[in-house]
Amino acid sequence: MASVTFDHVTKRFGDVIAVNDLDLEVKDKEFLVLVGPSGCGKTTALRLVAGLEEITTGNVYIADRLVNDVAPKDRDIAMVFQSYALYPHMSVYDNLAFGLKLRKTPKKEIDRRVNEAAKILGIEQLLDRKPKQLSGGQRQRVALGRAIVREPKVFLMDEPLSNLDAKLRVQTRAEISKLHMRLQTTVIYVTHDQVEAMTMGSRIAVMKDGLLQQLDTPQNLYDRPTNMFVAGFIGSPAMNFFDAKIVGTTDELYVDGSSFRVKVPDSKRPAVTRYLGKDVVFGIRPEDMYDRQFATNASLDNTVSVTVDVVEPMGSEIYLYLLTGAKSFVGRLDSRTQVRPGQQIDVVLDLEHMHIFDRETQEALV
Amino acid sequence: MANTLLMALIVVLGVPAVMAGYVGLVEWLLGFLPERHRPGVRPWLWIGPAVLFLVVFLVYPALNTAGISLFNADSTRFVGLANYAYVFTAQDMLISFKNNILWLVLFTLLTVTFGLIIAVLFDRVRYEAAAKALIFLPMAISFVAAGVIWKLMYDFKPAGLPQMGTVNAILTTTIPGFQPQAWLFNPSTNNPGLIAVGVWMWTGFCMVILSAGLKGIPTEILEAARVDGANEWQVFWRIILPMLSSTITVVATTMIINALKAFDIIYVMTNGNYGTEVIANRMYKEMFNFHQFGRASAIAVILLLAIIPIMLKNIQDFRRQEALR
Repeated sequence: MASVTFDHVTKRFGDVIAVNDLDLEVKDKEFLVLVGPSGCGKTTALRLVAGLEEITTGNVYIADRLVNDVAPKDRDIAMVFQSYALYPHMSVYDNLAFGLKLRKTPKKEIDRRVNEAAKILGIEQLLDRKPKQLSGGQRQRVALGRAIVREPKVFLMDEPLSNLDAKLRVQTRAEISKLHMRLQTTVIYVTHDQVEAMTMGSRIAVMKDGLLQQLDTPQNLYDRPTNMFVAGFIGSPAMNFFDAKIVGTTDELYVDGSSFRVKVPDSKRPAVTRYLGKDVVFGIRPEDMYDRQFATNASLDNTVSVTVDVVEPMGSEIYLYLLTGAKSFVGRLDSRTQVRPGQQIDVVLDLEHMHIFDRETQEALV
Repeated sequence: MANTLLMALIVVLGVPAVMAGYVGLVEWLLGFLPERHRPGVRPWLWIGPAVLFLVVFLVYPALNTAGISLFNADSTRFVGLANYAYVFTAQDMLISFKNNILWLVLFTLLTVTFGLIIAVLFDRVRYEAAAKALIFLPMAISFVAAGVIWKLMYDFKPAGLPQMGTVNAILTTTIPGFQPQAWLFNPSTNNPGLIAVGVWMWTGFCMVILSAGLKGIPTEILEAARVDGANEWQVFWRIILPMLSSTITVVATTMIINALKAFDIIYVMTNGNYGTEVIANRMYKEMFNFHQFGRASAIAVILLLAIIPIMLKNIQDFRRQEALR
């Protein structure tokens, strides 16, 4: 059991900076998710912990031990690869036992651990097979098993679910979470899928262009994104952004989006005041909008008149592609909402959940 | 000059024209067949000319050779298996068999081993392409030229005289008191010396094929092994080598066939003298020097029979490897 610390770690590949001054600590027994779009440096960061890449500057510690110059085999970590990377010439049993054999673990102990891992993952009946004879889901389990039997200090997982079909992915997602609870080991998990990140992580580190954008719990990331990138990345459908201006007086501030005008709630006013008269970006999540007839607090200050462009019924809810002026945005409304494309409707915004960003720096004000 | 140009023109334009004409003719003839028979007949007609060429220039000569091998020197009298009896008892032939076995073992072992080592080591350096090109270069030289080059390399002058041969020159200047050796005459060094030339020529080929196989192993598998606790040595023996096994088999069988067919180097450098005779060179001598058509054919048949099983294994492995892709 161990913590993992990135101490101002930078990794360059020639002129490209893959990881830029990453400074974060993964706590003991924590499930930390590194998430971001492809090319953001998340996989490189993971490979730095594994020792598969050399650090350009900075230090990486595993369990308070500096590992910059420690070979992967001596780091006491286990890694699950995106492609699973099973040894094709070995049976499932030998795949699982490989790491233990190299460590000269007694045969009996190997047998016990392999069988136990196989039981946990439900692959006992596959132990004699070769990887080629397994389905994608089964291979994925073997890859997990190979990590489990080692009983390492830290699990590193590099997009382990991305090669599975949608249904299996959801199922395995829950199983990995359960596995983490059962094994109580530190996990660093890399994914580009924000849903995976939200559902699995105890904390999430959002990365972009090699830079750590925000490190927080899933709920905090969702409620209080620090900048427009995190706000747009976390949540599905993504948050809507509108170019707007703060207008009014210090006592009564409004967000003016030219085709709409809503009032800044009292709770948010102090942070916004100094932006009076300035350009900002107004952000509102699709789920923070309501059809007027189902809203209890509709008023002139929070209601926007919009045109329905496209209707997507999802069953439990309804996605509306709406137009205000020429600007298109998405709303996630009550499924009872009865609308047709082209229709004019009034949408009530939950302004307590609105976000305002500096247009220049893209940092969040509230 | 005009004639040459005309010939070139005929070849460049004529050959494709004949091919197109043949295909056109075949398709026209197929038009007379009922629709449902056409797919079954078409491949045979298309492949027909190639099969015909093979039969005329390969199958027929092979069968004819087998026939001649049962006759006397000028093919006038049936002698049964007498030529085969000679082949398996004559002193020269026994030396050839012994030497071919030496070639088979040493040549194959060394080319594959060096090829593998070089492929694995060069896989990790930045100047890989240049280094591999250098190793592969001897392949581009004709075997006869290589034989001549190495004959000069192994050249011998009695002690005291200036050594023109590179090998003796280097050894006598670097090792004090070293006596120049007659590499190609000395029975204990001449066979290994010839095999070394073969190895020099063929290692590049082995390296290229093995290197391609090596590139086919996903990096992630090697990384997984390293994370699992394997050092580089263990990664090589437990992951790379088993995953390359089918490629190694293909390369090794190709080298075995080469060893069995070894001819040019020996022909040029020693012509089989001083105990360096091999089967193929013996066959050439029986045929063109002694005009023993029967014996030469018997040797050819034996060589053919020795190669066929290895060839089959080679094809089988290649297919299995392709199926894995």
